[in-house]
This record gives sequence, C-alpha cells and structure tokens, in this order.
Amino acid sequence: MGTHTFTLNGERVTVDVEDDVRLLWVIRDMLGVTGPKYGCGINVCKACTSHINGKAFNPCSVPVGAISSDDEVTTIEGLADGEKLHPMQEAWLDRDVAQCGYCQPGQIMAAVAKVRQCQEEGRDVDDDAIEEIRNICRCGTYNRIREAIKAGAENM
Amino acid sequence: MAHHRLASPPKETGLNRSVGRRKFLGYLIAAPTLVVAAELAREQVFGASEAFATIPSPPQTPEVYDLLDALRDAMRPTANLIRIEINKDGTVSFALPRSDNGQGIITSTQMIIAEEMDLDVDQVRVTLADARPELLFNQITGGSSTTFTTYTPIRVAAALAQGRLLEAGAQLLAQDVRTVTSRKGLILGAGGKSIPFSALAEKAATSTTQQVEVTLKARESFTVIGKAQNKTDARDIVTGRKVFATDLQIPDALPTVICRAPDLNGTPGSVKNLDDVRSMPGVTDVELVPTGVAVRARTFGQAIDAVNALKVSWKKGTVAGENDDSVLKRVKAAELPMAVPAGVGKTIDRSFTFYWASSSSLETNCCIADVRKDRAELWGPMKNPIAAQGDVAKICGLPVGAVTMHVTQGGGSFGRKLFYDAALEAAECSKAFGKPVKLMWSRADDSRQGRVHPLSTGRVRAQFNGDSVVSYEQRHTSVATQVNPGLGEPVSAAAVKAPLGNLTLSESIFELTQVTPYEFGVSTRFLNEVDLRFNTTSMRNIYSPNVATAREVMVDQLADAMGKDPYEFRRGFLKNDRLRGVLDAVAKEGRWGRSMKSGTAQGLGVHTEYKGVCAALVEIDCRPDTVNRPIREGVTGPRVTKVTFAVDIGLVINPRGLEAQMMGGINDAIALILTSSLHLDDGHFVEASWDNYFYTRQWNTPPELNIVIVESDAPEPGGAGEFGLAATCGAIANAYARATGTVPEYFPINHKDPFPFEPKPTVPPIPESPTNGLDFTY
Repeated sequence: MGTHTFTLNGERVTVDVEDDVRLLWVIRDMLGVTGPKYGCGINVCKACTSHINGKAFNPCSVPVGAISSDDEVTTIEGLADGEKLHPMQEAWLDRDVAQCGYCQPGQIMAAVAKVRQCQEEGRDVDDDAIEEIRNICRCGTYNRIREAIKAGAENM
Repeated sequence: MAHHRLASPPKETGLNRSVGRRKFLGYLIAAPTLVVAAELAREQVFGASEAFATIPSPPQTPEVYDLLDALRDAMRPTANLIRIEINKDGTVSFALPRSDNGQGIITSTQMIIAEEMDLDVDQVRVTLADARPELLFNQITGGSSTTFTTYTPIRVAAALAQGRLLEAGAQLLAQDVRTVTSRKGLILGAGGKSIPFSALAEKAATSTTQQVEVTLKARESFTVIGKAQNKTDARDIVTGRKVFATDLQIPDALPTVICRAPDLNGTPGSVKNLDDVRSMPGVTDVELVPTGVAVRARTFGQAIDAVNALKVSWKKGTVAGENDDSVLKRVKAAELPMAVPAGVGKTIDRSFTFYWASSSSLETNCCIADVRKDRAELWGPMKNPIAAQGDVAKICGLPVGAVTMHVTQGGGSFGRKLFYDAALEAAECSKAFGKPVKLMWSRADDSRQGRVHPLSTGRVRAQFNGDSVVSYEQRHTSVATQVNPGLGEPVSAAAVKAPLGNLTLSESIFELTQVTPYEFGVSTRFLNEVDLRFNTTSMRNIYSPNVATAREVMVDQLADAMGKDPYEFRRGFLKNDRLRGVLDAVAKEGRWGRSMKSGTAQGLGVHTEYKGVCAALVEIDCRPDTVNRPIREGVTGPRVTKVTFAVDIGLVINPRGLEAQMMGGINDAIALILTSSLHLDDGHFVEASWDNYFYTRQWNTPPELNIVIVESDAPEPGGAGEFGLAATCGAIANAYARATGTVPEYFPINHKDPFPFEPKPTVPPIPESPTNGLDFTY
C-alpha cells in the first residue's frame, strides 16, 4: 500500500492503494470519475484514452505507482472549460457522432491529442493522420468521427 | 421519383387516405395530474405484392406478414399500458418500455411525443422503464421493432393529452376550444393570452379512468417528425456524464469479476487456494458460483489479479475438444436437399460458409445486484427485463414482485443484450456473498465465453433458360441461434397466427424475415439448425447478412452466366418498383459502371426486410499495395473505398438517426465479409480481445460514404437498427469477386489466413494489463 498524489482534472487527489493497481481503476473505482471506460484492459480498444500532461495515454496500462505528484491527468470530464465545451466536443455535437457513447470519451480525447500532435509536427489532419487513431467504436460511427475531427481541428 | 408501396394500405381507408386522420381509442387514467394511455385498436393486414413481368414467384411470407407484424401482434393486448404523464412542473414524461443501446430510440420517442403535443423535443422527458411484468411481452427490444411497434400507441396517448390540455386551457381562458392552440408547452388563446401546461396538469386530470376517441395529427402538418434531430444525450456523452451500469455508484456494490473455465461453458470443480486469494490486496470475497469462481474487490484491477491467481480444477465444457472443422461437418450433414436435381438444364450451384462472429459490444456484459433476504434490486442494460426479472426471482427464491429491475442505457448491444447472462450471474454473486456487487465481464470472457453469431452454411442452386430464371433454391444451415428468451415468446405466440402457422420457432423467424426479392420462378428457402451447445444470439440480425450474401453473390453469378450486367439484371428481375427505386438511387449516386482500375471494382447488393428496401453499391480496392499496407497489430486486407447506400424504410422519424444506423450496419458488414471472425479451437474460442478479433477500425472504414434516404409515402416507420448490413455484405462480396476474379467460398475472406497474433492463454483467463502505457503517449 502506498500513498499516491497527482492532479486529476485540475484538482489535487490522494489515494492509498498498492503501487501496481492500474490508474484506470484508481480513477474509476476509487475516485469515482467514470468518463474513461473499460473496454479491454490491455491498451488495445482505447476506450479509456485520457491525457497525461497534455498527451493521450491509456490509464488501463499505467500502474498508479508510475504517476508522479506533478503529473496532470485529464479525463473527458476535464476537457471542457467549465460549461464552455472544447472545440472537439462541439464538433462531436454538431456532427451527431455518438451512438451508444461508450467509446466516445476516449475517441474525443484521442482526437484532441492527434490534432495537437499534427499541429506540432506541421502535418495536415487528413485521412492518414486519422487512421493512426486506434480507438474502436463497435457502433461503427467512424465516418462521422472523421468528419468531426476535421471540423474540430479547424477550431483548435 | 415515384415509389410504390410494397404493402397495400389498409383496405377500409382507401388508397390515398392518410392513416393520420383515422380514429383511435385512448384512455384517460384516474390520477392527480393528467395521465393518458393508449392501446392499439386496429388491424392492419398487408396485402400481397404487386405482380411483375418475368416468371413470377408466388408471394413469400415476409411480403404479407413479417417479423415486425408478429412482434406488434404479440404486444397488442398490453400496449394500452403505454402512458404519458403531464407533471405539475409542466414537463411531459414517458417511461419507454424498451432498451436504448445507442440506437437513438429515446430521441426518436421524444420527437414523436413533441410532434403530437407541439412541444420542442427537449421539453419531453423520456426514460427507460424498469421491468414491468404486467406488460407481458411488451418490453422486448429486438428485431428492429421499437419504432414500428410503439409509434402509433405513443402518438395516441400524446394526442389525447394534447386534446385534454387544449380543453382545460380553453375553459380557463373562457374561449372556444377550437380557437386555442398549443406551442412549446403553452396553451395559446385569442388576444395573446396563454396558460402553461403546469397550470393545467391537475385541471386536465380525471378522477375516473375512461375511454376517449382521438384523432392523430395529419402527416402533412408534421414539423418535428422527418426533420434531422441530434441525439438528445449527446452533450452528456461528450462531457463524460452519460451513466452506464458500471458507472453507477450504488453503495457497497464493489467490483466483481468471475474466473472462468478454459473450455466454452466449462464449470468449476474445486479451488486449491481459496484462502490465499481471499487475503490478496483489496479482495473482500471469493466464492464458487455456477459459472466459475467469483471475486469481489475494492477495484476491478484487484479483482482481476485475484481471478488470475486462482488455482481451479475445471470440468469439461459443452464443446470440449471441438474445432471449426468438426462443427462445420455437423452443420453440413444437416443441410437439406434441393428440390431441383443438379445438372438439369443450365444450373448454377454455389455454397458458402459463414464463420462465427462476436456480438461483444464495447461495454462488456455487466450488472449491479443487491440481493437481500426479502428483496432484490438490479441495474443493468437489459433488452428483455421482464424475463430477467422472472429468472432472477428464481435464483433468489423470491416472488417476482420482490425483484426490481432497473434498465440502464447500454454501451452497444447488436442483439446480445436480449440475453441477460450478467444479471443472472450478478444475482448469484450477490446471493453468495450476501453483499451488493458490481459485476463486469472481462473483455477476454466477453469475447470467448460471450454469445456469438453462429457458424452457418448457405447453399444456392438456380436454374435458368434463355432470359428467364426458372428456379431459385436457397438452404441456410446453422448452428442453432438461441432465440429464447430474447424473441421467443412473442414470436412463438404470434407466429402461429401467421399465414403459415405451426412452424417451429426458428423456422418461424426465418420464414418471417427472409425473402428473395427477385422473380426467379419456383423459389424455395429453407432453414435447418443443429447443435445447441453454443451460446448464440442474433447480431444485428440472425440470418439476413448471411442469407443475403449468398443470394446477392448468386445473383451476380446468374447475371454473368446469362451475359447481363449485374445492375441491369437486378433491375429486370426485382419484384417491384420500390426495390428498383433504391437500386436506381445507388446506381446513379454511386456512378455504377464507371471505369475502375485493375484490382478494384464495384459491387451491388439489394435487400428487403423490416417494411423497407435498401441497396448498396460498394467500391473495393484489392491491389497488393492496399491489401498489404502495414498497420501495427491490425488487419488491413482489401479496402472498401466507397459505399453508396440507399434506403426506403417508410416514414422516417429522424433522418439523422436513420443515417447513423445505416452507417453502423455498413461498418459491421465490412467486418463480417473481410476481417472479423472467431475461431473455435480445442473447445474454446481463440480470440480474447480486439487485437485478435478484427472489428472495423478507422483504417478499414470507407473514406467515402454516401447514404441516400429515398422519399417514401409509406404511412408508418419500419425498422432500422439492423437494416444496413445485408445489402452491404452482398455488395462487398460481389465487389471483391469482381476485383479479384475469385468468388469467395467462406466469410470473412481472411478466416483461414494464419493468425496475425499470438493467441492468449486460457489459464489464467484474463490477459494481464500492461505496465508500459506511458511509452505510447502522443
């Protein structure tokens, strides 16, 4: 058992739990933040995609012991600025992307990170870039996701 | 573009009379505020299809009475219990006795009520009803039936409420009821006076339940129905606020995971290290349950670690030692013979194998249960909560009335959640522990032990002579699809009333859903099912995607043998103009016959079901550079580069929702034909996660997708949830055959390729979570 402190969606949080418990379960089961979803637990489906220090990652595959106290973890709940949605969330609404919605928090967090990565690398947010996103949507909303990412990128 | 209805309108109303002006009976329910209810008080028997040239096939059952009719007939006696309430705060609320797993039926139901009551869509509150045993068979979400079965009763109730509010408002305003109108929750009178619904909720109520006649809004006055509406839970979804079953915070309902056998349906014998595992970090309880060894812990991660630490001796499963080939042999032995002998005149024979498909959704099987001595309460995404309630009551030794089933919104279903395996297990676990549990299946269990779409074969024989197809025979032989309890009761109850009567259950569904939409002379379609040892379910339909693939490939083969273009051939042989309408739409929009590079091709598919017709035109790229493009831990293969899809599903409630359902079906079809299947090996399914089971990903989805909703003058909505697959499956298979010159004999086409992955072990049952997640940030 160890004490772990980090920043989650702008708030300092502290939990007492074994070092090897993966961060996803700390966030969901101990801190009650349920936006990131379980879909595989092995970093394949990407339904839990969140951000660590602004970059996309999958907390199902990171032990809480690997998180340091100055790390800032952002889940879908922390993406909007209060009631003002992030441009990618707005694009998702505009394109009516979601069906069941289970994978969509991860899809949006992945999309935001991918667009930032493209911008930093001076690449276009085109079909090739979008096809690097591995998140699974079993409802098959991929085509609207592609439209939304391109639209959201324009406002980022 | 002119479109003919497949079904004749109700005889008593005449050809062009709108269903909207007919009288319906509703009920005012005795209550403190206005409560209205409705029943279906009508019979609508669909007429036979119109006859066309060529050698006509006699009408097949789905053309006169299909599964949607059966489901609606099954619920007629109880539909009067659909109630709308006008609350003191002026809101209008309705608890929909259905399950929404992303198909958008909450939104479309809000639209239907808003339309009839002149409200804005967001002024209507729709929730999912708890299990209501008094509804008998009227709480099943399956067969793409929701909108078709609930459209009219909901309208009747809403229209009645609207009428009562107008009357009460007119009285209060001391004006003639014919001069008052309603808008956005206000009753508007002459001279700019208005009264909100909130002021009328009690005034419009009744102290005695009474039957009232009501007229529905005419279709030409619709302002909400038929307009694109975004999903009303979209904001909750994109902000992470939408709550699924495992997101619920029920006191003391701790994470619970079951350790399962290596064999499919294996059961636990003894456990060597129960006490050791009970003392692992975070673990609170470990007990044997019928399907394995259940672990309850502070976090799911700790429960999974404990599951993997268990040393269990397992009993054999239901298909111990078997594999794809041994099951296929059994299925082939059950194939029914053709009536026309082979080799008589010009005959073409084709046979296909369709391998197992996983119906695992992103949300794995899950349920929260709190079982006490005198009562039980469960929360889960259930499409058949009444049947679940009955079975949970049996497990708990409680009367049905002591069991409360809360239906949560589900994270995808595609048919699987017609069954409620997780609810039964959650009840078993909570009973065994004497504590509340939040039960969730691991992905590996969901993939390997969860329900599957069964392995099947399709055989087709057609005989042609000159420009005519003289006979067309199709045989579908399958590992049995379990339809009970999901669809079983209502269908079996209603199917005996269908024209053919007395069919066995599966034969009934096959007969009620499958139709050959071509004039192919003598046409027969038979189903045989064998082997009940698997956990099966429909998956965005039971038979259609496979039956349609076999049929549409055969249609292309016939066209080729008879020297015709696949489009012209279909146009000539399709049974009616409605079918030709969607075919023409995709041919025009998708530029059928345009010049394509070698190794790429177009393909067509047509299907009719759910009171609708649809067609797909697919373009595929099978060139080596495309097939072999590198994607880490993914399957690439041929790329569907463009899909044009046209659908006429009758009255469209929400075109944006309909388009979404077709898009989902199209992406499913790509997986079924090209990339994804389960493999049975040594008594278990090999695939344990999404890096083994290759459902469509961004790199497989078509860069160009065009969905055309063909205008329809049909008076009612049909079914959409499963409708996108069948035609698309056929079109992809045909495009592939035309691009490569090879007609596939099995689907998906990659099923016999070497595994592009190392199979995961079955003991321990759950792959360990990696620890290197921070190496993959971007």
